[in-house]
Amino acid sequence: MNTVSIMFVGVGGQGTLLASRIVGNVLLNKGFDAKVSEVHGMSQRGGSVTTYVKYGDKVYSPIVDKGEADYIVAFELMEAARWVEYLKKGGKMLINTQQLSPMPVITGAAEYNSDVIDKIKALGIDVISLNALELAEQAGNDKSVNVVMMGVLSNELGFDKSLWTDALRECSPKAALESNEKAFELGVNV
Amino acid sequence: MGKKTLMLGNHAIARGCYEAGVTVVSSYPGTPSTEITFAMTQYKGDIHAEWAVNEKVGCEVVVGASIAGARAFTGMKHVGLNVASDPLYTASYAGVNGGLVLAIADDPGMHSSQNEQDSRRHAIASKCLMLEPADSRECLEFTKKAFDLSEEFDVPVLIRLSTRISHSQGIVEEGERIKRDLPDYKKDASKYVMMPVFARGRRVFVDERDRKLVAYAEKSPFNVIEDNNSDIGVICAGTTYQFSREALGDKASYLKLGVVNPLPVELIKEFAKKVKKLYVAEEMDPIIEQHCKAIGLEVIGKDLFPTIGEYSQGIIREKVLGEVKEHSVFPEAIPVRPPVMCAGCSHRGLFTVLGKLGVMVNGDIGCYTLGATPPLSAMDTTICMGAGVSSLHGFNKGRQGDYENRAVGVVGDSTFIHSGITGLINIAYSKSNSTIIIADNTITGMTGGQNTPANGLDIYGDSAPSVDIETMCKACGIKRVTVVDPSDMAETERVLRQELDANEPSVVISRKPCALLKGFVKNKPVAVDPNKCTGCRVCLKVGCPALSYKDKKVSVNKNLCVGCGVCGQLCKPAAFADTVSAIDNGGND
Repeated sequence: MNTVSIMFVGVGGQGTLLASRIVGNVLLNKGFDAKVSEVHGMSQRGGSVTTYVKYGDKVYSPIVDKGEADYIVAFELMEAARWVEYLKKGGKMLINTQQLSPMPVITGAAEYNSDVIDKIKALGIDVISLNALELAEQAGNDKSVNVVMMGVLSNELGFDKSLWTDALRECSPKAALESNEKAFELGVNV
Repeated sequence: MGKKTLMLGNHAIARGCYEAGVTVVSSYPGTPSTEITFAMTQYKGDIHAEWAVNEKVGCEVVVGASIAGARAFTGMKHVGLNVASDPLYTASYAGVNGGLVLAIADDPGMHSSQNEQDSRRHAIASKCLMLEPADSRECLEFTKKAFDLSEEFDVPVLIRLSTRISHSQGIVEEGERIKRDLPDYKKDASKYVMMPVFARGRRVFVDERDRKLVAYAEKSPFNVIEDNNSDIGVICAGTTYQFSREALGDKASYLKLGVVNPLPVELIKEFAKKVKKLYVAEEMDPIIEQHCKAIGLEVIGKDLFPTIGEYSQGIIREKVLGEVKEHSVFPEAIPVRPPVMCAGCSHRGLFTVLGKLGVMVNGDIGCYTLGATPPLSAMDTTICMGAGVSSLHGFNKGRQGDYENRAVGVVGDSTFIHSGITGLINIAYSKSNSTIIIADNTITGMTGGQNTPANGLDIYGDSAPSVDIETMCKACGIKRVTVVDPSDMAETERVLRQELDANEPSVVISRKPCALLKGFVKNKPVAVDPNKCTGCRVCLKVGCPALSYKDKKVSVNKNLCVGCGVCGQLCKPAAFADTVSAIDNGGND
């Protein structure tokens, strides 16, 4: 099979690392060759962060380049816009509509883009958008936005649900497991 | 068959060390290398792991362990090797007893670094063997083998990593830890005492070893020719193999170098003969390219590929095939999202005060370096670990005294221990009138929160003797040492003014734990009373990601705010209430 490329894009601190561990665990147990590329260090401190997940028979490059992503999972609205160029023609975007203002917007040096979803759709891109923060809060933990998004992604990738729930159990911090399981379910049902 | 797991390159290096029978590990944290050494803690009982005070100390510890007969390892980022190069260059002459391996993580593209230096230069200069794995599986395999090679050739072995290898997870098959008896330690001054009379003898040995290492590179199973189409040949290593293989597939043949110092000669010539057009794809410096040219080969390298930054399959595809993947472009500019100090960061109050004072800030490497960016914009220099202390003295001397009362040096607690202490002694000893601020957040923050010799905990989280920073400063010869809580900005400002005015050196310790620490006590989020907020935006000058401004009012993101209260201290109309419920009780509708 051809390599499938997924990008998680968001803001440092939104839990892209846990998300990538969950999906990595699923891919390993599914028997794929897989690579998951993370960002650590300075850019994690509230900066724009990307994680690459790739799987198939044989994966070479650990990163995803412009025009290559089958899916972009955006944990934040503006980050969806920022990384649109990385989507493959015919690819799909899963977007959390939560807005986190970057520093130039906070200080008034720039404005947060308006109507981002509409502008992305106008490019002919297939979009699923949701307010994952609301769902995470509904699940009892505002930190589980990442897991809500994994629930949404699981529908797209189409593997057995048990693989996901097993991965969630293995990767979740124990104290957050119950809310993460709820968050995942809410994502699946979007 | 061993257990297959998805593992970070860094974790695979640690696993390779474990399987190779390593017993001593000593490193200083540095992105992208940090996880290697922390991962060693899972092998407690088999491996003694420690956070070293700095890379030089870490390197010296493992050199000693190797002389003792142990297999020993240290990991560091590329600039860490500058610090460790002193012991390394001579340890190369002395050679090893037990296998000695250093992993050096380069950072092409500078994701988390102050420069883009190419660590292969150090391998060449120190005359050490250097291997470069291309994925997690190879990280484990190469590391394990590196210890055998170290002992076979009597040489420290360097493993070159890069951000994408260190921080990518790939599938790895775990093996067993070898059983290894500790060899005897034999006193041998001619090998281990590197004074001129003995070093001259070892210099001859090193030359002979070089020749043997080249012969090894010619036949090493880590240097692999992959024959496909002979129209295009690509010489590559590490990440650039992965990028090239993905971009060009079977349209090209590859010489994938796993041994990157020394480079083979005959093998490269043999590969060159097979292909019509020969490319060298290497990030950063044109080392393989220059080697190829020196042995008389025509290759295409940096004339075509970028000299700066990280490569990708897209770059290789475009440069070699002239193809670009079709993609959409968002129709308008998107504001940048630079990294910022976290909500509740202990450095925020300090840098807000420094901005207000308008002093020259001689900075250093750490989370507080983010104080250089808007809106705080309160840092003038950042060069390397320790320069925050030593360079301030040089700046003050260079200015002939006219900045002594309006310039400060800022250094973190971990950085102070790493290489600030020597600079502080220099300040006292040289009778410098310099004011140093130690931004003590009780942790090595930027690399993800490693314990330090000053926070009373070791790498395992067990209690450890702790450097008393106040006493240390006094022992260095500084008489004026004051501790402030930077979340009290009025007091911080008063103390800084007082110490800047003093006509002798002083240290101000700005102490508050990092907000990301486990056990950090969060206060209730603050909230803004929209009836009181005048929209003046003064509070936004603290650069807190939990604040935002909409419809001429400031509001607080309650998911991010930890209630540190720094923003509210700037608010003239006192629009910040302590808690959300206080606002609710205020009944603003």
